[in-house]
Amino acid sequence: MSRRVWAILGASSPIARAFAREAAATGASLVLAGRDIADMERTALDLRVRGAASVAVVPWDAGDRPTQKALVSALDVPANDVLNLFVAVGSMPAQADIEARPELIDEVVASNYAATAFTILCLLPALERRRAGSVVVLGSVAGDRGRASNFVYGSAKAAMATFLQGLRARLEPAGVKVVSVKLGFVDTGMTWGLLKGGPLVSTPESLGRRVFAFAAAGKAGEIYHSSLWFWIMAIIRNLPYAIFRRLPI
Amino acid sequence: MKWTKTTLGGWGRLPRFACEAARPERLPELNGAFDGLGEGTLIAHGAGRSYGDCALNENGRVLVMNRFDRILGFDPVSGDLEVEAGVSLRALMDVFLPRGFLVPVNPGTAFATVGGAIANDVHGKNHEKDGAFGSCLRWIDLLLPSGETVRVSGDSDRALFEATQGGVGLTGIMVAVGLRLTRVPSNALDVRETKAANLDALLAAIVAEGARARYSVAWIDALASGPELGRGILETAVESPVGLPSGPRRDKALPIDLPGFALNPLSVKAFNALWWSRVPAAGRSRKRRYDSFLFPLDAIHDWNRMYGRRGFRQFQCVVPRADGERALRQLLERVSASRAGSFLAVLKGMGAAGPGPLSFPMPGYLLALDFPERAGTLDLLADMERITRNHGGRIYLAKDSCLSADGFRAMYPRLDEFRAVVERVDPHRRLGSSLSRRLDIRGGGKP
Ligand SMILES: Cc1cc2nc3c(=O)[nH]c(=O)nc-3n(C[C@H](O)[C@H](O)[C@H](O)COP(=O)(O)OP(=O)(O)OC[C@H]3O[C@@H](n4cnc5c(N)ncnc54)[C@H](O)[C@@H]3O)c2cc1C
Repeated sequence: MSRRVWAILGASSPIARAFAREAAATGASLVLAGRDIADMERTALDLRVRGAASVAVVPWDAGDRPTQKALVSALDVPANDVLNLFVAVGSMPAQADIEARPELIDEVVASNYAATAFTILCLLPALERRRAGSVVVLGSVAGDRGRASNFVYGSAKAAMATFLQGLRARLEPAGVKVVSVKLGFVDTGMTWGLLKGGPLVSTPESLGRRVFAFAAAGKAGEIYHSSLWFWIMAIIRNLPYAIFRRLPI
Repeated sequence: MKWTKTTLGGWGRLPRFACEAARPERLPELNGAFDGLGEGTLIAHGAGRSYGDCALNENGRVLVMNRFDRILGFDPVSGDLEVEAGVSLRALMDVFLPRGFLVPVNPGTAFATVGGAIANDVHGKNHEKDGAFGSCLRWIDLLLPSGETVRVSGDSDRALFEATQGGVGLTGIMVAVGLRLTRVPSNALDVRETKAANLDALLAAIVAEGARARYSVAWIDALASGPELGRGILETAVESPVGLPSGPRRDKALPIDLPGFALNPLSVKAFNALWWSRVPAAGRSRKRRYDSFLFPLDAIHDWNRMYGRRGFRQFQCVVPRADGERALRQLLERVSASRAGSFLAVLKGMGAAGPGPLSFPMPGYLLALDFPERAGTLDLLADMERITRNHGGRIYLAKDSCLSADGFRAMYPRLDEFRAVVERVDPHRRLGSSLSRRLDIRGGGKP
C-alpha cells in the first residue's frame, strides 16, 4: 500500500504543529524538519498518539545548505509513496534593524526565500517522478506590495510567491499541486503582543485546518488567510501610489 | 521570551488588570520563566476560563501556558496518558473518545486546560461518584521558583503533590502531567430529565437519582419564589452502550458584546419560563453525546459577551448536606428578592473533599449563579457569603472575584497546611496572583 508522506519544514512553529496534527489524524507519515531537534522530538510524540503512521525528525536549517540537501535523502521513500511538502519557514527582523545592519538581508532572503527554494529545487525530480502530491508554502501578504515599513522582508516574500507561481506551472503537467498561502495576521510568537484579535487575526489551528483541507482535496493555487485578506490586498495592490504612500501601514 | 504589557480579565471579564504577559513556545523559554522577575510575582494562566482573578496578576507577570499542548504518550492498555499542562480537555476528548477513552472528570467547559483543571481541582457532574480532577492524576512535573523542575506524585513529595491540586497556581508552574483515562462503552450518555416543582422535590430527586446515575446536575429557575422557590429540572445520565454518529461540531460564536440592558428581570424571566416549559411534565429521556451533555455552553463561543462590557460575577458555593436545605432556601430567597436577574442556576450534589489543603468540595450541595455587574451586585454577594459561611459552607475560588480574606480563612480551615508547603517551595514569594493578595493566601499581607 502506498503511504502519504508529509515533510514539514520549520516544524517547531505553532502553525506547522497545527498542520501536522491534521495530517497525523489522517494516518499520514510525517518527517519533521527544522532546527530545534529536542522540540521536534516532543512534537513527534504528540503526532504519533494522534494517529501518524510514523514520525521522523531531521535537522534542517535555513542557514545551512548541507542540511537542506540532506533532506532529499531523508525523503528517499519508496517510489509509490506520495510525497508532500509543507513549508512554514521565515523570519522578520524589524526594518529599522535591517537598515542599521544591511548584512541582515542575507538571513532574510535565506529564511524567507532562498533556503525553501533551494530545497524544493533539490526535491524536484522526486516530486515529479511520483506524478502526485502537494507542495504547500506559507508566505505573507507583505509580498503583495512593497511598503516603507517592511519592504526588505516583503521583497523576499514576493520572490517566494513568484517562484511558487512558476513552480505551479512547472509541476502541473506532472500532477503535483502547488499551494501558495498568503498570510495576514496569525497569532504566533512573531506577533505576540502586537495583535488585539478580531476577524483579521487567525489562529494557527484554523489556518492548519483550512490549508490541510485545501491540499487534501487536491487543489492548487494561491489562497489568502484569513480570507478577508484577499479583499484587503486586492484594494491595497490597486490603490494609486500617491494614496498608498500616505497610508500608515 | 517576549514580555508584553497588556490587560487581562477572567471569564467574567471582571476584574481586569494591567500586567506583563508572555507566552513561551519552547521548553528552554519556559524554564527561564522566573528570570528577570526582580521583586515582582508570576502566575500561570491556562485558558483563562476561571471567572475571577486566580489567573490574573495586577502589575505582575502572567505566563500563558496554552502553547504547551502536546500529548507526550498514551498506553491503551492501562489508559495512562502523559500530556503537557496547557492541553485543553477538548483536545483530549477529540483524540481519545473515538478510541473509547475519557478523562474521567470534566468541568462544564472543555476549553479549560489540564493545568487549570488541576490548579482548581475541578469537579464535574459526576463528583459524587468519581471525585474531583485529582482522582485521575498520577504525577506532575512542576517548575519551581528555584528554576528547577521536579516530578511530584503520591510517592514523591506527597505534600507538594496534594497542595498543587486546588493550589491555584501558587506551588509552581505545571509543565507536564500524568493522567489516567477511563474506558467508556460509547461516545454517548443516556440522559433523563425530571422536573421538580420546588426545592424539597428537587433535593429529594437529587438524592434518589444521585444513587443511581453517574452524572447528575439540576438547572433551577433562580427567579422562582414562594411555593415555587427552587423549582428545577434534574438531568441525570449513565453511559450508553450504543453511541451516536460523531458528526462535526456546529459551534456558534457571539460576535459582539450585548448592551448592558439586554439582560433584565423581564428577559431573564421570559427565558426561564421558556426553558421550564421545554421539558414535558412527565420528564423525558434521550441519548446525547458527551460533549453536548457535559459542555452545553461551549457550543456558543464567547457567550460571556451576553453580559455586555461590564462583565458579570459568578457565585458558587457548597453547603454541607445536614443543613443544606435551609442554607439553599436562604440563598435562593435572597436572590429572588434581589431580582438580580440570574439566568439559570446550577444545583448539584457534591461528594467528598479532595486531598489538597485548599480543596473546595465537601459532601453536600453545590449552588452556582451568574449575576450581571450592577449596583447592588456586590451587596448581594456579600450577603450570600455570610449565609454560606454561617452554614459551614465554602466559596469556590475558580469562580470567585469578591470573597473576603476573612471569609476565606473561615471557609478553608487547612490554610496553614497549605502555607507551610508553599513557604517551603517559594520562600521568596515569587509566585503570586491578584487572588492570592486579595485573600492573603500567603499570609502577612504580601503576595
Ligand atoms: C462555562 C464554564 C463552566 C465551568 N464549569 C465548571 C465546573 O462544572 N466545575 C468546575 O470545577 N469548574 C468549572 N468551571 C471553571 C473552570 O473549570 C476552572 O476555572 C478551570 O481552572 C479553568 O481552567 P483554565 O485552563 O482556563 O485555567 P485558568 O482559568 O487560566 O487558570 C486557573 C488557575 O490555574 C492556574 N494554572 C493554569 N495553568 C497552570 C499551569 N500550567 N501551572 C500552574 N498553574 C496553572 C492558574 O494560575 C489559576 O490559578 C467552568 C468555567 C466555565 C467558563
